[in-house]
Amino acid sequence: MNFFVRTRKRFSKFLKFFFRKRSSRIGIYGPPNAGKTTLANRIVRDWTGDAVGPVSEIPHETRRARRKEDITITGANGSSITIDIVDTPGVTTKIDYKEFLEYGLEKEEAIKRAREATEGVAEAMHWLREDIDGVIYMLDSTLDPFLQVNIMMIGIIESRNLPVIIVANKIDLPDAAPTRIKSAFPQHPVISISSLDGSNIEQLYEKMTDYFG
Amino acid sequence: MLQGVQIDLISEERLSRLTPMEKIRLILDDVKEGNIVVLEKGLAPEEASKLIEMTMMEISPEGFNGIEMETYPARDEGFGGFLGRLIGRKSEARMTVIGPANQLKMLKKEKDLISAWVSSR
Repeated sequence: MNFFVRTRKRFSKFLKFFFRKRSSRIGIYGPPNAGKTTLANRIVRDWTGDAVGPVSEIPHETRRARRKEDITITGANGSSITIDIVDTPGVTTKIDYKEFLEYGLEKEEAIKRAREATEGVAEAMHWLREDIDGVIYMLDSTLDPFLQVNIMMIGIIESRNLPVIIVANKIDLPDAAPTRIKSAFPQHPVISISSLDGSNIEQLYEKMTDYFG
Repeated sequence: MLQGVQIDLISEERLSRLTPMEKIRLILDDVKEGNIVVLEKGLAPEEASKLIEMTMMEISPEGFNGIEMETYPARDEGFGGFLGRLIGRKSEARMTVIGPANQLKMLKKEKDLISAWVSSR
């Protein structure tokens, strides 16, 4: 390789380093068991064929934030965005290991899970303060949306001026009432989906390209 | 001897004299003693974020297992919509009740009504 080729490559690398636009990091937030990892897996599978993490009926299955880089999403309108998806642990203000015993976990395992879950919540809050550019706030549409943690989290997200899409998940269940979520947070777009069976997911992708682009 | 639960009502004036960390420490120390804390004016979003983190750090098996906290949804002040986003949305922190998770339980919550149940330890 002659001197000129080497110099040109180094210069191009230098330019790329300084002018490269980092993908927006979109955090999936919400209370435990809202279906955050199921949605993260669906997004990543739909656009890369990969997965993010395991899901479980037991709350706090995700106890570490997981990032999947460079996912290009194309909406029905033809516009695209390239983002990093960050699947975060469910945010709560209380964790009692005894709750996990009800799911058949041994005491020692339940205590370990509770300890990891507390660390996970703190980590999720740290990501939100430092490293997130936009939020998908996930709610279980069969539950009351006026939970304190939801009101607090939406307040924190708004105070950081982050764009937020609220997702009313689990519309495949008979008790689902996504209109309650719409009336609880009228200041933000609300998309009703089932991340499990994929109902309405195209509408979410379109809103994501529109909102996070 | 009178049996029951101590309720500390903290005025807006007193809260305004405290730094965010002092507020969080005051709340957590009080709640860990089994008391119910009522703040005349709620926490700012940044303080709420820190309170969640600090609470998580203090949870221990067979001991403190977190807080229950109730307030009304924030009331928007000033401009809404696009203009609000442009000049910054201002929302007012409202009266807030905080207690130990194993003693305070929310029964019903609407936009303008909160019913909670408090038990002694």
